[in-house]
Amino acid sequence: MAGSLLEVRKVTKRFPGVVALSGVDLQVRAAEVVALIGENGAGKSTLMKILAGVQPADEGELLVEGKPVHFLGVQDAQKAGVALIHQELNLAENLTVADNLFLGREPSKFGWIDQSLIQRESQRLLKMVGLDVSPDTLVGELTLGKQQLVEIAKALSTEAKVIIMDEPTSSLSLSESERLFEVIRDLRKRGVSVIYISHRLGEVKELADRVVVFRDGGNAGSLEREEIDHDAMVQMMVGRDVSQFYQRTKHELGEVMLSVRGLRTVDHPSHKLDFDVRAGEVVGVAGLVGAGRSEMLAALFGGKPALEGDVSVGEKGGLPQSPREALDRGLALVPEDRKGQGLIIEMAVKENMSLASLRSEAKGPFLNQRGEEKLVKEMTEALSIKTPGSWQLARFLSGGNQQKIVLGKWLALKPGVLLLDEPTRGIDIGAKEEIYLLMEKFARQGMAVLFVSSEMEEIMGMADRTLVMHEGRITGELDREQFSEEAIMELATGGKISKAE
Amino acid sequence: MKKIKGILITLIVIYVATAIFGENFLSGYNQGKLLERTALYGLLGIGVSFVIITGGIDLSIGSVVCLVGCGVPWLLTKQGWSPGSAVLLAMVVSLCIGLWHGFLIAKLKLQPFVVTLCGLLIYRGAMRGIVEDQSQGFEGGYESFRQWGTEWIPVAGKFGIPYPFLVLIVVAVVAWIFLNKTIWGRYLFALGNNEEAARLSGINTDRMVILSYVICSMLAALGGLLFVLNGSSAQPSDYGNFYELYAIAAAVLGGCSLRGGEGTVVGVVIGTAVMQLLRNMINLVDWLKSHMEFLIVGVVLLVAVIVDEIVKQRVAKRR
Repeated sequence: MAGSLLEVRKVTKRFPGVVALSGVDLQVRAAEVVALIGENGAGKSTLMKILAGVQPADEGELLVEGKPVHFLGVQDAQKAGVALIHQELNLAENLTVADNLFLGREPSKFGWIDQSLIQRESQRLLKMVGLDVSPDTLVGELTLGKQQLVEIAKALSTEAKVIIMDEPTSSLSLSESERLFEVIRDLRKRGVSVIYISHRLGEVKELADRVVVFRDGGNAGSLEREEIDHDAMVQMMVGRDVSQFYQRTKHELGEVMLSVRGLRTVDHPSHKLDFDVRAGEVVGVAGLVGAGRSEMLAALFGGKPALEGDVSVGEKGGLPQSPREALDRGLALVPEDRKGQGLIIEMAVKENMSLASLRSEAKGPFLNQRGEEKLVKEMTEALSIKTPGSWQLARFLSGGNQQKIVLGKWLALKPGVLLLDEPTRGIDIGAKEEIYLLMEKFARQGMAVLFVSSEMEEIMGMADRTLVMHEGRITGELDREQFSEEAIMELATGGKISKAE
Repeated sequence: MKKIKGILITLIVIYVATAIFGENFLSGYNQGKLLERTALYGLLGIGVSFVIITGGIDLSIGSVVCLVGCGVPWLLTKQGWSPGSAVLLAMVVSLCIGLWHGFLIAKLKLQPFVVTLCGLLIYRGAMRGIVEDQSQGFEGGYESFRQWGTEWIPVAGKFGIPYPFLVLIVVAVVAWIFLNKTIWGRYLFALGNNEEAARLSGINTDRMVILSYVICSMLAALGGLLFVLNGSSAQPSDYGNFYELYAIAAAVLGGCSLRGGEGTVVGVVIGTAVMQLLRNMINLVDWLKSHMEFLIVGVVLLVAVIVDEIVKQRVAKRR
């Protein structure tokens, strides 16, 4: 295509056990906002890392202004005018705004850092993004929204022609997001192109000139400005009618299984959390990043014990002081960070899966190896885990299969309450559906399921009821009939508390 | 088996080379002596490998050897204690040292390196103070007690199985069962690989970390006891100097990763044997001078870890 500022041709990238990208294409014209959307695991982030020189492609070409380029590192990409702003910002919080803007490429005079030039340039850049703070402010003192703007200023300082933003609004408030959109439109006026990755289709509709959809590591289609609408995007992302994707069946709810009263977490000590989950119920927890959702699960599970409160499962009350205490009363947690917290990736599938139940299965201090094999066989079949054998190291399995191992580890203990933190993050769409089916199945078997998710679709598709959190508080509770993206967003950004009218 | 293949080959190569170039290497006495040395150092190596598997380190081993090695003869000859009560005290003291290290590391979250470095200084320093820096020995007595460190079971000619080697076998078997057949062993490997995931699976990781330091210190004490029974006297200023480094080196040679989560008992014993074989070789081959010991041991260790890493990366790439 003539006039492409940035072009990606047939790029392929493989990781152990998974093809992250297979022959994807992408064009970005000058002064264009291209939204890149797709489910988790569709390959968006992988492509962005390739574009920013963080990792090389296995096959395919990149062209900048029609010329082929090879990025061996982030600096090559910067020189070519491509800058990436990570979802988790890459700023040194203990340094000032000015220091961060020029980190690693401080202008110097006779070997000394040229402070006056840094000051002048910083002021100019901050003005461009409409950020009204002194360059001497410590970054750690800024809100996330303002830090985001500092990142953009940093990208501009490298004369970036294409700025890639990876889910920039995931931790911003509504007004901060609005501010960001203005800056993006302003960038477009200056001739800068933006590749905008987001899960929030509302934003995409508002902002994008063009939408490119990825699915399972390949192109699923694209939509021009006038074709962009919610259903079309979802359809392309999922590849089929979404109503089929979340299969919830109506079933009778049982007794209250999990009852939380006056729970004060270490991270948000000024708020008390109260709620119940009944047997057979699937409850979603929605909210922005930093709303205290994961911290709440960690407190329920004793991973980071709460200051006070009562977590009752059936008859057993009190406050779990350690994961051991929590699992003894029938709680199980599938943590957010699968590789850091859920699994021991350097150990075998078998060893991971039996880890929690070893103690109850053991004969005295001795391993029950036959029982272990049996358990692993059962779970591998029940959860249809794809692995060449139980000896395989967990690291070589795909994200979906890894997540199923974590589930299997807990199912062996037959928990009454299953806590899940972002259960489908980073796994492909097929595995995602399987996880949803399993959640549905567990609920039908009488488990109480409480899951945290940042994906609106997932919350609305899976939950019988949703708790919405904002800054450590539960700001609202919505029943399935009341679900709407707007209602959840309003509560998640601190809107009014609206218990069923 | 795969994990110890490399070190086993190394052992055989050095063994054959020394047999060819060294005088009297294959004599019954020298072979028995090799078993004896391997046994004494092997106890320390097995001990430290428990700590290394958790991702920790223990630098105080040599000083614990000094504490027990000087303390036991001092209690017997200067304080008139019976061997039984002296050994009991040595074990209780080392138990307390291990608990203390483990407590500081697991509960207070201090770094193992720092905690045990302080231990290294404190225990030797304390012993030098207690015995006023005087060399301690059995003064020719305690024959029946000392035979635990000196006696050999005759096999053929001058070759025999030293008592300490029997102790090593018992300890190694128990350690192997512990690591491979009990839930605690599994827990140790799990927390060494990923402490957070282990904790979130309901494992009391703090308790396991403390246990590993207790095992390490108690085996160091057992080693120190056998060392002094074997050698008859101990000078507190340098007794057991560098022994922690020999133990760590043997554990690394034997396949332990200092990152934690990896290691086998058989590997550590073979690693110890390789170290002792190298020292023996330096003594017996006349064109190798004894002051070259550190040089040679250091080079062999470095080559071993380089080869190991390259092989590992190759394997990882092929998958």
